[in-house]
Amino acid sequence: MGLDTRRVETGVDVSPSSSESWVTTRLDFLVNWGRANSLWPMPFGTACCAIEFMATAASKFDLARFGMERMSFSPRQADVLICAGRVPFKLAPVIRRIWQQMPQPKWAISMGACASTGGMFDNYAVVQGIDTIIPVDVYVPGCPPRPEGLMYGIMMLQEKVKKERMADKSLRNEMEPDPQSQLYIPPSLIDEVSEPFGNAVHQTRSGL
Amino acid sequence: MSETIQPVIAGHAEDGQVAAPSTPRNVPYRDGTANPSADALRARFGDAVHRVDVVWNETTVFVDRARVLDVVRWLHDDPSQQYDYLSDVTAVEYRDLDRPIEVVWHLRSLPHRRFLRLKALLPKGQPLVVPSVWSVYRGADWLERECYDMFGIRFEGHPDLRRLLMWEQYKEGYPLRKDFPLRGRFSRSEQLRQILAQNPEAKYSMEELNVLEAFDELSLEQRARLRGGEKVGE
Repeated sequence: MGLDTRRVETGVDVSPSSSESWVTTRLDFLVNWGRANSLWPMPFGTACCAIEFMATAASKFDLARFGMERMSFSPRQADVLICAGRVPFKLAPVIRRIWQQMPQPKWAISMGACASTGGMFDNYAVVQGIDTIIPVDVYVPGCPPRPEGLMYGIMMLQEKVKKERMADKSLRNEMEPDPQSQLYIPPSLIDEVSEPFGNAVHQTRSGL
Repeated sequence: MSETIQPVIAGHAEDGQVAAPSTPRNVPYRDGTANPSADALRARFGDAVHRVDVVWNETTVFVDRARVLDVVRWLHDDPSQQYDYLSDVTAVEYRDLDRPIEVVWHLRSLPHRRFLRLKALLPKGQPLVVPSVWSVYRGADWLERECYDMFGIRFEGHPDLRRLLMWEQYKEGYPLRKDFPLRGRFSRSEQLRQILAQNPEAKYSMEELNVLEAFDELSLEQRARLRGGEKVGE
């Protein structure tokens, strides 16, 4: 028992050896504080996760507490893409295009088992995790996740945003995909992460 | 067909003239009463009707696949039948390799309160072709496209037989066929590569999206309603 001695998170560490000045780190803190507390979501709801997402946005859980009540149905004014639900292959180029249309800085939350891994839909029609198409910052597990789960993911994203630094040039760097493959990550890795597991191994064969 | 059938108009069954519809009870598994349309079809088409099954009081008529369009058109047009609603077109494939693929039409007659299931058999090893019923029911358009997409059955006479659920350049085959692996034929990365090469905006028609031009094509009454600001519940 006793007082919690946790350090108060100011968001940015100043290391004496780095060349960053006190002004830049304070500016980082200010900018990140503003960004983290006004993340405008681009809702991409395709399934039951979207229902939980709507519950999160509604009055009981109240996404407005995070400065996120302004749903941005145009990707041009959005900061964080929340993919809630399974993404079939036919929607893959659509969500890819939406992600490309969002201006920097942008983040992505993959909500639920289907968006993160394909979930139970290990079949010919469903993308096995949207991280094979777009970069994802926070994965929220659950089928579907409760609103508390999504809010926990949002708070994790806020912590991530608060730790960003302008001096880090790689942060806003967008990787150009290979125009031949149309993929961000190499095909061998996609095959590896979407490898079947458990009982699902036997389902690759046809029923005949 | 001696019994005269009185059509029920919605909301008018309460005056005692017409018996209100009731939930059927104690329905036998087999040997139920067949839909009178089955006998009428036998009388009209003879050998084109192969078999009539009654299961749970629902009648299934197996017809010759070349005569499907004639049968459906007669069922739709004949005043004693009046099957005015096509609820579904689909197909069934069985695990038994020798069993033919069945194409199924679900027809409903609203005036006569009847339901009829038509089936045509497509033996394995032969081209999967049946006549399209689009010329009778316009609603068959997407139903037949879905059936073509999922089973690869060609509907002759369909004006625009393209894939409906999968994208048009889908190369892996027909997903609901029994020889189709659950995960598809290609690797995951190859599936992703092919779909990401698609342009999601290629299918947009700017003419369809242009509301102002579409306004001129509306009827005078619709234009007047839109101008006045349509209100609900008046």
